[in-house]
Amino acid sequence: MVSNIQVSETPLVLYTLRRADDALVLGHRLSEWCGHAPMLEEDMALSNIALDLLGHARELYSYAAKVEGNDNEEDKLAYLRDVRQYRNLLLLEQPNGDFARTMVRQLFYSAFADLYWRAMTRSSDATLAAIAGKSEKESAYHLRHSCEWIIRLGDGTEESHARTQAAIEDLWAFTGEMFSVDDAERGLIDNGAAIDPAGLRQQWLTTISDVVGEATLTLPNTSWMQQGGRSGRHSEHLGHLLSELQYMQRTFPGLTW
Amino acid sequence: MATPNTPLWEVFIRSRNGLAHKHVGSLHASDATMALQAARDIYTRRGEGLSIWVVPSSAITASDPADKAMMFEPAASKIYRHPTFYEVPEEVGHM
Repeated sequence: MVSNIQVSETPLVLYTLRRADDALVLGHRLSEWCGHAPMLEEDMALSNIALDLLGHARELYSYAAKVEGNDNEEDKLAYLRDVRQYRNLLLLEQPNGDFARTMVRQLFYSAFADLYWRAMTRSSDATLAAIAGKSEKESAYHLRHSCEWIIRLGDGTEESHARTQAAIEDLWAFTGEMFSVDDAERGLIDNGAAIDPAGLRQQWLTTISDVVGEATLTLPNTSWMQQGGRSGRHSEHLGHLLSELQYMQRTFPGLTW
Repeated sequence: MATPNTPLWEVFIRSRNGLAHKHVGSLHASDATMALQAARDIYTRRGEGLSIWVVPSSAITASDPADKAMMFEPAASKIYRHPTFYEVPEEVGHM
């Protein structure tokens, strides 16, 4: 067992790690569908999205490592941090469940990521702006893909409608975390390196409401939101995910292939 | 595992420097929009194309393999139909 690395989480390192962890964790979840999707066409689509996210994660980890300036390169950041050191949104670590649940999770996140990375192309941090520029084209497609599926699942059969509605209700409480900001990020927002996600909430809600409405589904009325992922307090699911994701590096330290 | 009532679509891609869409394969999808998305995900992963057409396979009328002899063999003996006896001036460009 290789011990965990320590990361000096300055605001910019922490900010970048949070987005890198988002991309890695969701990408890993989607990769779990590889070979298991309902049809071959969708197997490829989900793997493509997973690879987009993995590429995005690599860029962000590399940048986090560079900003931190110790010898924590991208692989160490991905493979040698424990659950409590992961900073991803709780939404993204939720298990795939059925196909409807995976698509609802994807819709909630992609609708946010699309707005977020488009706005981040104007970041005063040149590297983050460049990463955003590449990412926004990918997330625009992820959004379109999940929108089309949600509309067909919701407005499909009785069973697909019921499963999609159940997924919306189960995952809704995890959506608030996308828009919350803590002190570490406030400074970056003030100096223009990051954007304030709170300003995207209304637009996000409009996108989600339109799609959900067209799909003959409904959004829950509850306003209570689950928090914790950004500061390392995760659901029990992330530990299992990481044990699989990190197995090789933990068992054979420094293994390359 | 596609369900039997998921229609089949034929996919045509126009490559970066290609002039025409070329048939690349087929896929299953519930409707035209989903077929276009699936075509993008399956057939353009390595930058193969800049434009996609999807056509319901049921819209294609195919020649009967049993008619092969009648349909295609008469052309085999007519080599003079090939434009190999002419020199194409360079100014003509792509033909």
